[in-house]
Amino acid sequence: MIELNDVHKSFGKVEVLKGITASVEKGEVVCIVGPSGSGKSTILRCINGLESYDRGEISVEGLKVDRDAPSIVNIRTQVSMVFQRFNLFPHRTALENVVEGPLYVKKESRVAALERGRALLAQVGLAEKADAHPPQLSGGQQQRVAIARALAMQPKAILFDEPTSALDPELVGDVLGVMRKLADDGMTMVVVTHEMGFARDVADRVLFIDGGVIVEQGPAKALLNQPQHPRTQDFLRRVLHPL
Amino acid sequence: MKGFWRDAVEFFPILLNGVALTIVVTVGSLLLSTVLGLVWAMMRVSGIKVLSMLSASLINVIRGIPIIVLLFYLYFVMPDLGVTLTALQAAILGLGIAYSAYQAENFRAGIEAIDKGQIEAAQSIGMGWWLTMRRVVLPQAVRIVLPPYGNVMIMMLKDSSQASTITVAELALQGKLIASSTFKNTSVFTLVALMYLTMSIPLILLVRHFEKRAGKR
Repeated sequence: MIELNDVHKSFGKVEVLKGITASVEKGEVVCIVGPSGSGKSTILRCINGLESYDRGEISVEGLKVDRDAPSIVNIRTQVSMVFQRFNLFPHRTALENVVEGPLYVKKESRVAALERGRALLAQVGLAEKADAHPPQLSGGQQQRVAIARALAMQPKAILFDEPTSALDPELVGDVLGVMRKLADDGMTMVVVTHEMGFARDVADRVLFIDGGVIVEQGPAKALLNQPQHPRTQDFLRRVLHPL
Repeated sequence: MKGFWRDAVEFFPILLNGVALTIVVTVGSLLLSTVLGLVWAMMRVSGIKVLSMLSASLINVIRGIPIIVLLFYLYFVMPDLGVTLTALQAAILGLGIAYSAYQAENFRAGIEAIDKGQIEAAQSIGMGWWLTMRRVVLPQAVRIVLPPYGNVMIMMLKDSSQASTITVAELALQGKLIASSTFKNTSVFTLVALMYLTMSIPLILLVRHFEKRAGKR
């Protein structure tokens, strides 16, 4: 469903992606792990055209991702994104955040959009917060609203860019719980994360990225329990046993 | 002091005519400068090189010309080019253009102060440039822009007196006319100053209100 073929990307003189080739099947949950600055987020941002790429090709359902082409809107409505810092619209309520895309991009009827918006907020456990503005919500609540906002577009896949990294530790579980339910429901997900427990339990496959290349990839449990490559072993040891 | 009150009662109605024109000029040029300023600011942040350079140069040209020269140009030179404006039209146009440069820079600063994540979130749900502006950026920028906008309103009210140089009989010119025919300079100009101040005070309070509201978030 999502295909990356030899994707290169530089920021100025620094090459952050040095030939990424990968694919994500429908219904698959893929976690991307790796050290900071390895290019994990950049991959996600290239998939929905928030970032351009220099070489290679990315396609979503056979449609080439080109951020300067009109088709990018089509891709973005099919592939939603959840950000590390939530990026909810602070001047709109939780419910308004959720229905913004359906109403103004997809031009759905107000009644239908609001009804589904409320249902989605209920799905992420925030039915009673529909009229709250983002600054009144905790980080974990904001991120769950952001997931509802992503779901409201009825996407075929959702990209998660370190969705729990900006959260207080005790709020991480709520967000991961919502994501796990989505995975169980068969949503196609690409998740950049440092939550190795989530990756092991929920992901079908894990890609380990370092220095702009995929160092190792494979089934989640196998890769995280018996990493083959020394760099993967080193990284996992440091993440799992920081002391 | 007693003389002042007697003069005040006598001149007040005439000066009030001036106040009416002052308000017309102020409101007219405020509206024009807001619309033009928005257009310049949008061009500036459009990401289209030609538009943003055009807007930047326009703003600099406008900023580099004194308002009074702009007014003279519109009122005295344009007729030579076949465009005849009434004094009032020239005043509103001139002040509106002059202030559009400051409005544009103010609006641009407000727009650029919005977190980039907001724009990315808008894009990620498929919003295009204009929809992102209208639904996400501008509503948030308004809060940032309002306090300086209030200051522009106050400056505009006072600078509307420059319209007197091209014969618009607004408050300052009415005052000058009365003073030069009655020689009661003290009474007349004190009265004129008080009338400007009376109009400014509500605006000053409004700015304070905007600032408090902006500071809340």
